Amino acid sequence: MLIELGHFALALALLVAVVQGTLPLIGAHRRNTAWMAVAEPAAIVQALLCGFAFATLMHAYIVSDFSVIGVANNSHTAKPLLYKITGVWGNHEGSMVLWITVLSLFGAAVALFGTNLPRSLKARTLGIQGLIGLGFLAFILFTSNPFLRLNPAPAQGNGLNPLLQDPGLAFHPPMLYLGYVGFSVAFSFAAAALLEGRVDSAWARWVRPWTLAAWMFLTLGIGLGSWWAYYELGWGGWWFWDPVENASFIPWLTGTALLHSAIVVERREALKSWTILLAIVTFSLSLLGTFLVRSGILTSVHAFAADPARGVFVLILLAIAIGGSLTLYAVRAPAVDGGGVFSPISREGGLLINNLLLTTAATTVLLGTLYPLIADAFELGKLSVGAPYFNAVFVPLMVPLVILTGIGPLLAWKRGDLNGAFQRLKAAAAIAVLALLATVVLNGGDIVNIAAGGGMALAAWLIAAALTEWLYRVRGTDGISWQRIVNLPRSAYGMTLAHIGMAVLIIGVTGSTAWKEEHIESLKPGEYIEAAGYRVTFVTAKEVRGPNYVALQGEYTVTRNGELVTTLRPEKRNFSQPVQQTTEAAIHTTGLADLYTVIGDADAANTAFVTRVFYEPFVPCLWYGVLLMGLGGLVSLSDRRHRIGAARRIAAGSAALQPAE
Amino acid sequence: MVIPLIIVAALLAVFGKRLADVSGGDDPRVVPTVLLNTPFPAMDLAALPGREFGGLSTADLKGQVSLVNVWGSWCVACMVEHPTLVALNREKLVPIHGIAWRDKPEASLAWLAKNGDPYARVGQDPRSSAAIALGVTGAPETFVVDAEGVIRYKHIGPITPEVWKTKLAPLIAQLRK
Repeated sequence: MLIELGHFALALALLVAVVQGTLPLIGAHRRNTAWMAVAEPAAIVQALLCGFAFATLMHAYIVSDFSVIGVANNSHTAKPLLYKITGVWGNHEGSMVLWITVLSLFGAAVALFGTNLPRSLKARTLGIQGLIGLGFLAFILFTSNPFLRLNPAPAQGNGLNPLLQDPGLAFHPPMLYLGYVGFSVAFSFAAAALLEGRVDSAWARWVRPWTLAAWMFLTLGIGLGSWWAYYELGWGGWWFWDPVENASFIPWLTGTALLHSAIVVERREALKSWTILLAIVTFSLSLLGTFLVRSGILTSVHAFAADPARGVFVLILLAIAIGGSLTLYAVRAPAVDGGGVFSPISREGGLLINNLLLTTAATTVLLGTLYPLIADAFELGKLSVGAPYFNAVFVPLMVPLVILTGIGPLLAWKRGDLNGAFQRLKAAAAIAVLALLATVVLNGGDIVNIAAGGGMALAAWLIAAALTEWLYRVRGTDGISWQRIVNLPRSAYGMTLAHIGMAVLIIGVTGSTAWKEEHIESLKPGEYIEAAGYRVTFVTAKEVRGPNYVALQGEYTVTRNGELVTTLRPEKRNFSQPVQQTTEAAIHTTGLADLYTVIGDADAANTAFVTRVFYEPFVPCLWYGVLLMGLGGLVSLSDRRHRIGAARRIAAGSAALQPAE
Repeated sequence: MVIPLIIVAALLAVFGKRLADVSGGDDPRVVPTVLLNTPFPAMDLAALPGREFGGLSTADLKGQVSLVNVWGSWCVACMVEHPTLVALNREKLVPIHGIAWRDKPEASLAWLAKNGDPYARVGQDPRSSAAIALGVTGAPETFVVDAEGVIRYKHIGPITPEVWKTKLAPLIAQLRK
């Protein structure tokens, strides 16, 4: 009964979306305040209905109601509660309900918190948001309905793909959706601004917190996904340039560009139409990711069950959403531009180069991801594009970006002083050179270590430059004052944290790429593998039982210079519902490096086991870096200028935000 | 200002075409072997002890069109395709050579004794050297080799009567002309 109510709520939400997507837009066009006023209650009701539908679905999973097709296909009574809940979004239909729920929550948040928005801009933004919701609700109800019943109901369900039964993955999709869908707000604001025909610094200020929130969630979501792939797949890597990974990374790149270009609109009223385009493109790329993952036209290790019928529907949605918004852009963008010219050597000049590099990077990743598909379409032969392409094109774009990230914040708006910035960054440059030399001296002067030294130098440069910038802000003629440290706006701290997080991430990427060790051997009890000064000795293997699996668990003692460090117990789990094996790597971390062990098959005599030992230096830095970037987003989000009125902010904020001269 | 729109329209057209192809049965997961139309890689694999026809070397593949089937006694899907191979051999449709991949000779022999032995020559590949040279991604995989010893096709997965009828038989007939 409850599930029918959920179904009904979603159908009602569709009707509400029709209202939300039409009346406020027409009202804004005709200056009819009563019609515009419909937007807010509609957005709130929409969120309540979608939230209720989602809750009924979750309830069906928790109580294992196998008369619901989705539950029967994806759940099982023996599954731990956490994975019954996460099973809701472990399949296509349920994940779409999560998608639409997140979308409606963002809509309601704009309705509730956007109190200082001009009435017509708000009505239009919520109207566009309603239209997006309309498209996806129709998609769910007509092609991917999770509320369908099964008669007769089976006694037991099929279970969730065991790879997905993992805490890392439990929260990866919701985070990712908060990011993807969060960019819908920026998209709606952009389309609304085009309809209004006005983009100004106030607009940029309203969009910024939403972009920041979406960016933060997407950063954490991608990080969680990478972390999961690292310890769950047992391949000892953390990024594979897989199409699905790329589908989340491309909007991250353009979203990062948007974050920075919106600052230029806010401070200088320049780059307006570019920023609008970025807002449209970022959400469009999120939609594109959804399409690619669910249509089956690209190959990936973690695609959803492909269904071309759904693919056609999403393709049509894509055409309407992206085509419509870009048509609007083509027609209206010439009207909103202005204020354009500025000096290349200035804060805004730096941000422009940042944008060029980030969007170029996004384009190259997109091209590599879509190339097999394009080649297929034009019958140029079947092929796949792998890591060598991505590394070869991506890294050269990131190097100047990182160097620039150190310099940019030290340049003033309008007319920056490049020499002055270099003067201030002498120490940072010296530290970078030291990092390079130290790396080469400690590890040897071959090409791998010189390249690694370059990576470490970049990271050191960025950290030192970010701290230098902070130091110049808090230091006056009277030295560093506590007053200035406290009064520095939170957005400044957010930037510093995010940039340092980026640097820490670079340390992780560099270290794990250059100095990773990989050993595979078949070990009998008492035999060992040596890696990076550790000796991993195989002791025994035994069978252990979990709630819904039986596992082969190996026991390995790890010693260093004869002293016991830890005992590692990697597992190979055999799930019965559905039948699948998963690898549970056992990882010993020092906080700066991981020792990663995986147990494989036994030989015929059942005495020797294939053991893989990876030494993964600096991998933990990846997670620290992601967390620091996310934290930077959060701190920046808490900045008071997002909470107080525009007029006061301009008076109070612009002086404080100027870099110290 | 219209450039993004044009790019997107082109992309959407490509997506639409691919979607139609995929619905029409074109599987994007199938990447054909890069060895297509190249000579079968050089190898000289030891025989299974006691078998009549001996091991498999590249030279053995010259002279007539043949199939080279990569299998293992540990491989479940090989069990699925095996009756088809036995039937092909019974009707003398094409010579089939086997590569026993990552297997113990006793296990391979026992498996053939139990399930029937459709193979002409069988070479052992305990250390995957042949499998790597052939770019094998999993068992079973079957190569169609022409009379000149050149690889003309690779089939991934079990050979079913359907696969034989629609893909392999027409190709072999054409190669024999």
